[in-house]
Amino acid sequence: MSSELGLKAQLRRAGRRRRLQAFALVAPLLAFLLFTFAAPIVCMLWRSVSDPDVAAVLPHTVEQLRAWDGKDVPNDLAFKALAEDLKQAPDGASVAKAARRLNYAISGYRSLLMSARRYDFLDAGGDMKSAFIQHDPRWGETGYWAALKQATGPTTAFYLLAAVDLQKDSAGSIVNAPEEVAIYRDVLLRTFKVSCIITVICLVLGFPVAYMLANALPHHRNLLFIPILLPFWTSLLVRTMAWILLLQKDGPVNKVLQALGIIDHPLSLIFNSFAVYVAMIHVLLPYMILPLYSVMQQIKPSYMNAALSLGARPSVAFIRIYMPLALPGMAAGSLLVLILALGYYITPTLVGGAADQMLSYFIALNTQETSNWGLAAALGVVLLGSTLVLYWIYRRLLGGNQISLG
Amino acid sequence: MRYKYIISTAVAAMLAASAQQAFARDLTVVSWGGAYQDAQKKVYFQPFQTATGVKLVDESWDGGIGVLRTKIEGGKSDWDVVQVESDELAIGCDEGLFEKLDYSKIGGKDAYIPASVNDCGIGAILYDFVLAYDSDKLKDAPKSWADFWDTKKYPGKRALRQGPKVNLEIALIADGVAPKDVYKVLATEEGVDRAFKKLDEIKPDLIFWKAGAEPPQLLASGEVVMTAAYNGRITAANAQNNRHFGMSWNGALYTLDSWVILKGSPNLDAAYKFLNFAGAAENQKLLPNYIAYGVPNKAAASMIDPKALDTLPSSEANMANAEQIDTAFWLENNDKLTERFNKWAAK
Repeated sequence: MSSELGLKAQLRRAGRRRRLQAFALVAPLLAFLLFTFAAPIVCMLWRSVSDPDVAAVLPHTVEQLRAWDGKDVPNDLAFKALAEDLKQAPDGASVAKAARRLNYAISGYRSLLMSARRYDFLDAGGDMKSAFIQHDPRWGETGYWAALKQATGPTTAFYLLAAVDLQKDSAGSIVNAPEEVAIYRDVLLRTFKVSCIITVICLVLGFPVAYMLANALPHHRNLLFIPILLPFWTSLLVRTMAWILLLQKDGPVNKVLQALGIIDHPLSLIFNSFAVYVAMIHVLLPYMILPLYSVMQQIKPSYMNAALSLGARPSVAFIRIYMPLALPGMAAGSLLVLILALGYYITPTLVGGAADQMLSYFIALNTQETSNWGLAAALGVVLLGSTLVLYWIYRRLLGGNQISLG
Repeated sequence: MRYKYIISTAVAAMLAASAQQAFARDLTVVSWGGAYQDAQKKVYFQPFQTATGVKLVDESWDGGIGVLRTKIEGGKSDWDVVQVESDELAIGCDEGLFEKLDYSKIGGKDAYIPASVNDCGIGAILYDFVLAYDSDKLKDAPKSWADFWDTKKYPGKRALRQGPKVNLEIALIADGVAPKDVYKVLATEEGVDRAFKKLDEIKPDLIFWKAGAEPPQLLASGEVVMTAAYNGRITAANAQNNRHFGMSWNGALYTLDSWVILKGSPNLDAAYKFLNFAGAAENQKLLPNYIAYGVPNKAAASMIDPKALDTLPSSEANMANAEQIDTAFWLENNDKLTERFNKWAAK
């Protein structure tokens, strides 16, 4: 009896030890992935909703505004709290950050807050409300106080709403952003449209190439790989600049077309959508060819021979036997190209015109130039979210395990 | 067993040594690249190293306060002295990204023209956005921004800098507003609408550039027939690449770029030595010989080679109908107008 129980316990212990060993082997990789992949994504998600700048430097004002109903300009207590906060602010840097955050909501808020800081309201004494309004009439507008209340944090929907061209009005309800500055929905649609078209074209162009590679004789195959892999290994920036040189007005393409008499004067081939498509397809084609090739080379020729011997015409055999077998590769290659194209930054920025900029350009613009990291993170969240939705739709369409890299 | 300890101690020692190397980096000075930085290398960076023996590494960037904010708030700043535009200077100074300058170490405030003296930065150059064209291709030279809009007389593509800054002013000047009134008009909503409507007129022919080196390249390749450009890059292209580009100073927009020291720089002494060297009149007087930008040292103005004076933004003829870019206006409105510009550009 006891020996049986002893055996069971020993078995369990051995099993646990094996699982722990397996986990210990994987643990460094898991830590690496958590640190370099999961943590930055979580940080970005947090940045898109975090709003600490105003509360950090105007704590009393924030407290007073909690009780404010938002209908009319706040009472004198709120003004007094604002004056106190501005006087007690530790340094100019924190006020500047709050001023910048408020400027995103209403243009001109920055100078409003910074000039209020320079003026000592408490010293002057008297009715704070009228002192502020006399200093600058904008303090008497409900909209400015509403913007301040919406920026009190610690979390906010401001950036996420802005990333899809929405905003909150004075009453707090969600409305569309003004027409002249509502760009992000168009940009998102444009990004998806361009990426989908590029994926389809890459599939159409890449399938014959992969087929040829998979069915070539081994010594031919090595030679055929060179024109695909060499550009693949060349720096992306070099290839993009090469396209600029090729497609410009006095470039080789235009010169050849003119010499052949096909056109009279040079075509405009660069800094527009055409150049974006050409350059991106060129760069992304290897990502389609290689997964397709690796799946295709595992398709035994005997399947096709069997189909032909059973009486199928070559085209029917191709469609009903070869294509379904190659489908996992097509799915994997398409997904890879689609996701890469969605996030592409350098190529559309360099070869495209102002109307061709994709979402990643605006993320970079808000990170580097306007320094609006909340909006940049929110745009990143939008991109991430829509990519995940796309991926989910993709998986549902293709069924369970129909994506394979060979 | 002992072998393992020896090896692990050796590795730890090497790591510690390399970590120390990472802290003690050379003075890193960052500028705008291209022909301008080449001129700075000849006039400032190399002579500085020869004169003081302090090693200097120079890099380039394309602007953007976010880049500096990332470096400083991220903690691992690898830049010391950076040349920034006027609105980057104002924002960065307010937000505490730059060291407050001790003018006693760089010659005192009175040595420089007042417009170039700032708490956090000292002026580096005075430069203009001008209308540039290739006089080999355009025999009848364009004389004003109105000609930039004249697609009948000058058919072909044009280039402007990416973004609303300078372009809204240019549009209003082309629409007939006097340069000195441009910002009064832009301060109103109707003024901004007017500028965008004017830009609509040539939108199909517009290309946008980001880096200062692009306009001379676009002119040289024939991609555009006219472009907004930094005046110094055009003069440099003429001098070095044997080009015959022309410029119109009528309605030019000028501004100052400044040197700043990033907060927390470990090379503070070397940075001040560099700013002292770059701010000295004997060194500044040489810059206009290589690139046509004005310099802020008062004494240098009288020492500049007379041949170079005509090409400088500060000459009387070139200042006649020019307007200074209003930093305060752009500080307030850059965010909103950038969004509006991108929307307009994408239509």
